[in-house]
Amino acid sequence: MRRTLAAAIGATSIAAAVVASAEPPAGAAACSGCHPASTRVTTPVVRLAGRDRAEIVKAMQEFRSGMRASTVMDRIAKGFTDQEIQAIAAWYAAQR
Amino acid sequence: MRLSRREFLGSALAGTAGALFPVPAAGQGAVPRVVVVGGGFAGASCARALRTADPRIAVTLVEPSATFIACPLSNAVLGGLRELSAQQFTYERIAADGVTLARAAATAVEASMRAVTLADGRRLGYDRLVLAPGIDIRWGALPGYDEAAAAHMPHAWRAGEQTLLLRRQLEAMADGGLVVIAAPANPFRCPPGPYERASLIAHYLKTRKPRSKLIVLDAKDAFSKQRLFLQAWSELYPGLLEWVPLSKGGAVTSVDAATRTLVTDFGRHKADVANVIPPQKAGRIAEVAGVADRSGWCPIDPVTFESRLQPGIHVIGDAAIAGAMPKSAFAANSQAKTCAAAVARLVTGAAPSAPKLINTCYSLVAPDYGISVAGVYQPSGGQLAEVPGSGGVSPADAPRATRALEAGLAESWFRTITTEVFG
Repeated sequence: MRRTLAAAIGATSIAAAVVASAEPPAGAAACSGCHPASTRVTTPVVRLAGRDRAEIVKAMQEFRSGMRASTVMDRIAKGFTDQEIQAIAAWYAAQR
Repeated sequence: MRLSRREFLGSALAGTAGALFPVPAAGQGAVPRVVVVGGGFAGASCARALRTADPRIAVTLVEPSATFIACPLSNAVLGGLRELSAQQFTYERIAADGVTLARAAATAVEASMRAVTLADGRRLGYDRLVLAPGIDIRWGALPGYDEAAAAHMPHAWRAGEQTLLLRRQLEAMADGGLVVIAAPANPFRCPPGPYERASLIAHYLKTRKPRSKLIVLDAKDAFSKQRLFLQAWSELYPGLLEWVPLSKGGAVTSVDAATRTLVTDFGRHKADVANVIPPQKAGRIAEVAGVADRSGWCPIDPVTFESRLQPGIHVIGDAAIAGAMPKSAFAANSQAKTCAAAVARLVTGAAPSAPKLINTCYSLVAPDYGISVAGVYQPSGGQLAEVPGSGGVSPADAPRATRALEAGLAESWFRTITTEVFG
């Protein structure tokens, strides 16, 4: 149902809806295997929790297109749609 | 597999009624109870993720050991690059998050009664059970390789005393000795593991005992990150490391522990140090619970990780048949969080949503030479399948600086995931 909703109202609305709910959108929990969902976890990996939403979206899109140099993120970004990236970025931006 | 409200209420009532079940204090009333068996990357992640997903859920983590010893990077312990203490983690912080720890092995599951029996006699009732038992060795599947043989020819495929035993044997070996690794047929825990191990043992020999030789006898003709490993080996360890695939007689058909001899159809190899990575299966409780099929592994639903054989029981991590996902710590963590989200919904009668999962595995070919494989997965045709066009391995033509960067990322990933799961 969430998917239908996303298609109907568009990515911005779904992103807003995701922020309101605590449950991570599809894929976000898997990202947290490297990028912790909490700012309390000390990590040498690039921090996403609490980061600007648009910044995360831009990075993912550039990894996916090959514009931005990476090690693994190019291969991972290719597995996500624009809508999924929007939702994941919004969720990470809302984490503290 | 989704539960209607009535079914859910029914099972919740069945679980909390009757004096049969010693209901934990936190499980009284309408509080949903989830029992997680196994405190590795899968089970520990799932227990914690369940508490985060819904703090109302009473979560019990069943694990007999007080200390968890992580397998990722344990190949660096073999090569003297790392100490086993860097692999050890405890459950205190997980308990502090409100997870009840049951320090005993699970010995039986009564799926119809929704209860787990522990070795200390306790019975835990549950609304949902998550099994994360990891692997067991198929003792005897390779003729001559039983538990007694493992004291002479360590498998070191569960990190701990076996890892230290293999390391001591390598340290005690004279320069000019022969090390043999036997790699199993698919599926097994950590597909690139035998080849990372071969690399780091080769690194140890090259730097400490350069007249020695390492042979990998393989029951397969192809393996994870193969091109990258073979390329790195010819660059870093020429003449020292020899890989013998199945088609060249690599399959080990029997071993003799007393003489450290490995037998193939093509000949016999008498090793000074022999590491036998034996055939494996899902951890024993999976078989006991009736969630393992004839393959020895556990078929699951790709959305919820609920067993295809026993409703109400979920299987995650190495024990599960997870389609295209490999048996890795990253995959186990990813599956654990997916399963926790699904279970948190199911216990309140809600429908689980379609997940997307990731795997990333780093392998060290040398301390400053890392390579990786990554994948993105989603349910497709009843299985977890790779998202088309995603994933893959490190580029074949990457400069050494990239390899060094990935070696650093291997360590960064390990620090992050172990902090997230245990810290």
